[in-house]
Amino acid sequence: MTFAEQLPIVLRSLNTGFLQTLRLFFVTLLGAIPLGLLISLGTMSRLKALKGFLKIVVWIVRGSPLMIQLLIIFYFPGLVWKNNIWGSGESGRFLAASVAFIINYACYFSEIFRGGIQSIPAGQEEAGLVLGMTRTQIFFRVKLLQMVKSVLPPISNEIITLVKDTSLARIIALQEIIWAGQAFMKSSEGISGAIWPLFFTGIYYLAANGILTLLFSRLEKKLSFFRA
Amino acid sequence: MAVLEVEHISKRFGRTEVLRDISLSLEKGKTLSIIGSSGSGKTTLLRCLNFLETPDTGVIRVNGETLLEMPDAKNKRQRESELRRKRLHFGLVFQSFNLFPQYTALGNVILAEELLAKDTEEWKQDKAAVRKRIEEHARGLLVQMGLEDRMKNYPHQLSGGQCQRVAIARALALGPDILCFDEPTSALDPELTGEVLRVIRDLADQNTTMIIVTHEMAFARDVADQVIFMDEGCICEQGDPKEVFCNPKEERTRRFLSRFMEE
Ligand SMILES: Nc1ncnc2c1ncn2[C@@H]1O[C@H](COP(=O)(O)OP(=O)(O)OP(=O)(O)O)[C@@H](O)[C@H]1O
Ligand SMILES: [Mg+2]
Repeated sequence: MTFAEQLPIVLRSLNTGFLQTLRLFFVTLLGAIPLGLLISLGTMSRLKALKGFLKIVVWIVRGSPLMIQLLIIFYFPGLVWKNNIWGSGESGRFLAASVAFIINYACYFSEIFRGGIQSIPAGQEEAGLVLGMTRTQIFFRVKLLQMVKSVLPPISNEIITLVKDTSLARIIALQEIIWAGQAFMKSSEGISGAIWPLFFTGIYYLAANGILTLLFSRLEKKLSFFRA
Repeated sequence: MAVLEVEHISKRFGRTEVLRDISLSLEKGKTLSIIGSSGSGKTTLLRCLNFLETPDTGVIRVNGETLLEMPDAKNKRQRESELRRKRLHFGLVFQSFNLFPQYTALGNVILAEELLAKDTEEWKQDKAAVRKRIEEHARGLLVQMGLEDRMKNYPHQLSGGQCQRVAIARALALGPDILCFDEPTSALDPELTGEVLRVIRDLADQNTTMIIVTHEMAFARDVADQVIFMDEGCICEQGDPKEVFCNPKEERTRRFLSRFMEE
């Protein structure tokens, strides 16, 4: 097969893999941002038990490799409980990977959110209280946007890391883009021993992160109408 | 009749006694200024009145209604809605303004009043009309503060003096019975203190009931109807400003004032 013949085959396969990468990426974001916010509120709660529990969870999740978490979450139910709760095939692997990524990223996000909330001067809350606002109103109407603004740079860093981290899911054989590219090194669809598809995967990551970087700089501009 | 009666308030943070047996009362439409050296408990007293701190003992009454009586098991766990209703008797202007940075001057003044209006029947019937009324009210207050051409500006686009005047308008918006100021000009450049003191003076002329903690001695003497000198958590001397400033009875007051007069 000539390169011109191989290219469409490889691109089709990489596209399919990239679609899976993107799905994992978006599902993780959608799950980890709200969960991270809840965890950050929990670690600042007055309930000592909740606070202690969450701090330990965050410490474990941030302190151990995501790859181990993926393996444990995927294999533990089947091997130990003899009950594969994830279901079989690609959809089962995707579900397990999503859960692992959401938990992992929620813990990272929670620490960033906590820093963001705690960096807001106490005077903001006090001003709201004195004006008869409820704590909920103060959180949503006063603090949230200030927090979003201050966490945007560290969060965008994490999100760009997340794009690349999705490739770890191939440890449980999730068919994401690197898995698809690597298949051509062995043999797939009549192509074997080809390393160049792997270089192509790099282009996909670069493009995705380029777009994200642009989005974030836009968002930062949007929030530049005020200064904390 | 006194709008505000405070009896035997005391407060300690750990081992330090910050307020000791503070009692005072204030007539409607009068201005009380509180002076005293750093650490004498002036801010803590204002924070107690605004329910940002809970005193260990004492009574706070407004218009004859007992808002707080400590120690009292019943009061210890006040429902948040109760607490909010009580807070609304007081307004507080902070030394550091504490404006909400993501709202314009007008937005800062509107926010709390609009949130309060959301619980009313009127709001459910005609939101637009309520919104309009609140905005008109806020505009009026900003005009009164001399900020008619600054309404759409965000706090970071305003000078310190302008920020503090927005903060005063914001505190006035909810129509508190007693408006408290905690060193409203201490964070300002000297050339900006005048404009803030002027609007406070105007408020005093319009018989706004106010408590003003300040280091501006001349202002305290000229504007207040009553002055309190605090020292180490106690009210050391109180009375008519002319008396306290020109003819202090206590040695500590005399020493404090002479230090200020030198400057
Ligand atoms: N939250 C707190 N915890 C512990 N100590 C506190 C707290 N707030 C105030 N204090 C102490 O209480 C004392 C009185 O403080 P306060 O701020 O009321 O004084 P002040 O008269 O307002 O002083 P200044 O003129 O410097 O503003 C100080 O010794 C201060 O260190
Ligand atoms: Mg003070």
